[in-house]
Amino acid sequence: MEGCGEDGQVKLLGVAYSSFVVRVRIALALKGIHYELIEEDIYNNKSELLLQSNPVHKKIPVLIHNGKPICESMIIVQYIEEAWGSKAPFLMPKDPYDRAIARFWAAFVDDKLTQSIWGVFMGEGEEQVKAVEESVANLLLLEETLSGKAYFGGDEIGLVDIALGGLLVGVQMIQKVTHTVLIDTQKMPLLSAWAHNFCMADGMKEVLPDAAKLFELMSERKAKLTSPPAKIG
Amino acid sequence: MAVEDCEPKGQVKLLGTSQSPFVVRVRIALALKGIHYEYIEENLQNKSPLMLQSNPVHKKIPVLLHNGKPVCESMIIVQYIEETWSSKAPNLVPKDPYDRAIARFWVAFVDDKVGPCIRGIFMGRGDEQQKAVEELVANFLWLEEALRTSGKAYFGGDEIGLVDIALGSRSQWIKILEKVTNIVLIEPEKMPLLRAWMERFLEADGVKQVLPDEAKMLEFASAIRARFAAAPAGN
Repeated sequence: MEGCGEDGQVKLLGVAYSSFVVRVRIALALKGIHYELIEEDIYNNKSELLLQSNPVHKKIPVLIHNGKPICESMIIVQYIEEAWGSKAPFLMPKDPYDRAIARFWAAFVDDKLTQSIWGVFMGEGEEQVKAVEESVANLLLLEETLSGKAYFGGDEIGLVDIALGGLLVGVQMIQKVTHTVLIDTQKMPLLSAWAHNFCMADGMKEVLPDAAKLFELMSERKAKLTSPPAKIG
Repeated sequence: MAVEDCEPKGQVKLLGTSQSPFVVRVRIALALKGIHYEYIEENLQNKSPLMLQSNPVHKKIPVLLHNGKPVCESMIIVQYIEETWSSKAPNLVPKDPYDRAIARFWVAFVDDKVGPCIRGIFMGRGDEQQKAVEELVANFLWLEEALRTSGKAYFGGDEIGLVDIALGSRSQWIKILEKVTNIVLIEPEKMPLLRAWMERFLEADGVKQVLPDEAKMLEFASAIRARFAAAPAGN
């Protein structure tokens, strides 16, 4: 497909409600890149294409650019930035130090924050309380980093915004399903404002997961976790 | 000490500990690029104010301080070194965006999959340890295949790159683990390329000079393992 030359053929294997897929969709939307979204049945029937493209992890998202697969959401986002390096907006700062800081916080979101928030969703009782405390502590660190900027990336959405923004609707639904407050508007005014602005930004509405649908999926999943074991026989 | 050069230099300090493979990663990158730096040994039982100020989020080493500005997380530091001293050979990161994505993929694989298995084997016993061994062998087989696909001396090509640094820095630990647990993790018959790569890496210029002393590491590792493998004290 002749796009503006650089585009080539872009496919994205994923599911619309996955935070990790959403991250990639955000990056593609910001860069104005046309692509084909291929919905995968990840629980019951992964496609041949997915298994061939990501044989190591067999997970989504996978971006396939001119037939070549790229895996892992934040690696895909950096790939998009670099492969479409001359297309604004720029998702990464130019200065090496600023890039290191952006990578640091993106890694923080992936290694620390997602783990603690997952703990809130999966946990019960004491365990859940601990996970909430940890999540709040992690979010407060992000609140501090935001200090006075519209986005983590500065005036425009950048790597860290995408890392966290992809998770946003998921976090909001986890709060609802577990009856917990993680992004507290009083404790985290900057982060709350950021979340609002991010969701309202150009192109975001089309790629963020449907909140109601995600709530339904998560409620179902949570119910399965906490329901009594299956009957014998 | 001001040195007029066409390379951005300034003052480089590295906070680390002598046994850490994560610190080794940074030392390899600095050595390959020929960057002079001051190494500051940290005592993890008594972390310095500099360390706590420089990495308040994780309070971990390594931390690179370049002109007073801290960079944390070993592979982020390595990429920073590459980007700051980009005109200095060798290039640790491929030029092509796709090759970069592949390199980053394997780096993530080393840290997310290989690392926890190593820890699991080291700290675990019985069934748990056996499971970790099986998983690690499976992970190594993927890396063997990646080497086969590359067809070159290193994951990075003809020269050491990001993946070599990420995995290679753990080589000593892998060898020590084999000694201490009496389990062969990288069987030469099943993984000839990986075994050869590891020996090549450990002997490479820029690497061998910065590796921690193997005897000391073995002592350190044996002590930790004894603590974990010992039967619970009767108190």
